[in-house]
Amino acid sequence: MANVGYSKKVMKHFTDPKNVGVIENPDGYGKVGNPVCGDLMEIYIKIKDDIITDIKFKTFGCGSAIATSSMITELAKGKHIDEALKITRNDVANELDGLPPQKMHCSNLAADALQEAIKDYKKKKN
Amino acid sequence: MQGRQCGFDMKYKQIYLDHASSKPIHEEVLKFAKPYLNNKFGNPSSLYNLGLESKSALENARDKISDFINAENSKNIIFTDSATESNNIAIRGTAMRNINDGKEIISSSIEHMSVINPMKDLQKNGWAYNQAPVDKYGFVDLDKLNKIISNKTVVTSIMYANNEIGTIQPIKEIGEIVHNKGKYFHVDASAAIGYMPIDVQKNNIDLLSFSSNDIYGPRGAGLLYVKPGLKLQSIMPGGGQERGIKSGTENIFSIAGMGEAAKIMKNEIKNESDRLIKIRDKLIKEISKIDRTYLTGHPKKRLSGHASFIFNNIEGESILLNMDMYNIQIATGSACSHKTLEPSHVLLEIGLKHEEAHGSMVMTLGKLNNIDQVPLIVKAVNETVERLRKLSPLSNN
Repeated sequence: MANVGYSKKVMKHFTDPKNVGVIENPDGYGKVGNPVCGDLMEIYIKIKDDIITDIKFKTFGCGSAIATSSMITELAKGKHIDEALKITRNDVANELDGLPPQKMHCSNLAADALQEAIKDYKKKKN
Repeated sequence: MQGRQCGFDMKYKQIYLDHASSKPIHEEVLKFAKPYLNNKFGNPSSLYNLGLESKSALENARDKISDFINAENSKNIIFTDSATESNNIAIRGTAMRNINDGKEIISSSIEHMSVINPMKDLQKNGWAYNQAPVDKYGFVDLDKLNKIISNKTVVTSIMYANNEIGTIQPIKEIGEIVHNKGKYFHVDASAAIGYMPIDVQKNNIDLLSFSSNDIYGPRGAGLLYVKPGLKLQSIMPGGGQERGIKSGTENIFSIAGMGEAAKIMKNEIKNESDRLIKIRDKLIKEISKIDRTYLTGHPKKRLSGHASFIFNNIEGESILLNMDMYNIQIATGSACSHKTLEPSHVLLEIGLKHEEAHGSMVMTLGKLNNIDQVPLIVKAVNETVERLRKLSPLSNN
């Protein structure tokens, strides 16, 4: 049978998302999306020796927008920034046991938000 | 489905608030129509007794539905497969048959896609398609409508009430405007039927559509009322069933069920509508108390079973999924829940911004609801909005 709706894993991250919130004085901040389009994500990171020691998010959007945000924080936490930068949208979707096809583009922005946050950190560092 | 996956249905009893999207078939209707699925399976065009039995069921359903909407004669009822098909036949059939009168068609800007898309299709084939705008409540601008109906207009289609915001149009008055110009008036009553009595003669209606399921009948049957004297071109030529307008062997089970559903509905509509208004108004009162929350549609001139809202700073699909965790089923006009990924055109046409339209929630009440459910619904909505706002970067909560 074709996959209908969201996977159990998506629903788990939607109902009980990890790392929700903001970090005061973050080392990096990334924001992607637009409320006009229905999705907006903000990611805050704390970094020590180029390792992501803490990460938080806030998201306005649909179920997959929230689940992908939660998932990226789990994937990135504890990783070296070079490794974290390699996490793709597809990686996030795969870790969630897939997303409905129409959600792959519009609501799968979490990887982009993380990259923005790391870019922000690098910019501040230099 | 998602709620069940997470095991929430163990905790919460189902509260179904999406009657506009689907209704359960009435028990009495099922009992009445069931024999036409197996024992009484004859083709109504066959002349032996088995066929005549089906023919008689078909005509009996036509009589009941004719009575339900006060048609001049049961001959004016055409059975189709769905409200979408009825809308298509009404618009294309009238337009093509009367093409010599002109090549212009009109609808409101908040019609269902089964009206807008056939009209857009005609537009691609050289017809002029104009839309009458609506105000912030969703009422059609009657002056504008009057202006855009020209001597070349063939058919004007305005819905009785809107499925997303519940607003009821002044149909009789609109009918007068259309008739004063000597034109045909089609009304999609899918959202309104079953929530208020509908009389085609009193309300100046030339063509009326709705489906069997809209009145707790089985899926697979629709109705098209065609005023005496109005000629339609068939868009489904074949064996000549349904006056040649809609060929194809009739779905007697669904049609017989629809007839019985209309008979039952006729008797209970007044009481049921009064009952639903009480639930509706209590829901509106309580949910409107939530911060940054707005009712969509008109507060009073709305369907008896319709309550619809906008919550700022949160998104509709998330609201839907979160409410499902409480085993409460609602609908939304948010882009994320639509195949097109566009927010509801209805919400944009009443003047909402895209970011506002994303936060919509629609509750449509019916037989599965009672006043005791209200506190549970209100609690779930409050908790849902609070949780999603905590997640939202647009909100300070």
